[in-house]
Amino acid sequence: MRRGFLLLLKRLLRRRNTKIGIYGAPNAGKTTLANRILHDFLDHGEEMGVVSEIPHETRRAYRKEGILITAKGAKLKVDIVDTPGLATKIDFHDFIPYGLSEEEAKKRAKEATEGVIEAIKWLDDLDGVLLVMDATEDPFTQANIVIIGNLEARDIPFIIVANKMDLENAVPARIKNAFPQHVVVPISALKGENMEKLYEEMARCFR
Amino acid sequence: MRMSGSGEERNIKLDLISEERMASMTSMEKIRFILDGVKLGNIVVLEGGLTPEEQMKLIEMTMSEISEDFTGIEIGSYPLKRGFLRLRRRTRLTIVGPANMMKTIKKDKDLIRAIISIV
Repeated sequence: MRRGFLLLLKRLLRRRNTKIGIYGAPNAGKTTLANRILHDFLDHGEEMGVVSEIPHETRRAYRKEGILITAKGAKLKVDIVDTPGLATKIDFHDFIPYGLSEEEAKKRAKEATEGVIEAIKWLDDLDGVLLVMDATEDPFTQANIVIIGNLEARDIPFIIVANKMDLENAVPARIKNAFPQHVVVPISALKGENMEKLYEEMARCFR
Repeated sequence: MRMSGSGEERNIKLDLISEERMASMTSMEKIRFILDGVKLGNIVVLEGGLTPEEQMKLIEMTMSEISEDFTGIEIGSYPLKRGFLRLRRRTRLTIVGPANMMKTIKKDKDLIRAIISIV
């Protein structure tokens, strides 16, 4: 309860932009979402990071400052922090089928481990989180449970983003059923579907 | 646990840690104990479980120790239970094993099903 009061006080006194971290497992679509937000509110040509099918494409956190999000008259000025995917295991052999040489795969694995640590450290500096889950996958992964547990423990407000709703095998309802006490917004970051709803929730939740 | 594989008997060691034993350890001691066990190829089961903060610290330390021989951990735990007015958090069982041996195949809020293979 005391924590909640301190959080409210912190929000009222905040003069800087609201820092929003994008978290989730590798390949959930975090960078695609970051790029989508940039395209919608900054510059259509600007990219936050490169998207690829190879896991751990994002291996360090990137911050884009001063994005003014507007939704149904509400405004929210944010810094978006795109973080590397949270994983408990990284094996360089897993990258080799994607055409990487052994040397490249080892380098990628090393950078990926550093990226996970960086993502964890960033939690200390955030005002809110978009937790991205792949709606075609089982949401009850340990990475999701650990992230949610830590956000709750730190009183960091968050929205669960059920991404990839455009895919035929996507079941956003499975995510809602798994985490009924939290706000879940189904979207397709790739196709820009239901983004308006997400921006409304962001303006409401992170203000 | 004694397993049969390729005609020869091999062993998988399980460390089952009671809630009382866990309560006497600091977070760092728990994490070190788990990682040391898992790096030796053991499966560690903690009756009292780890808090989400301890699990995050465990992931962070795991990442700093990953090498060609140690590719990380597989971890499974039940979500926290909340007490009166959601003020008290109660951790529940946590199981941790080497990523190259253990794979969680099903998980929900009250069930963890994992397969453990000999490497």
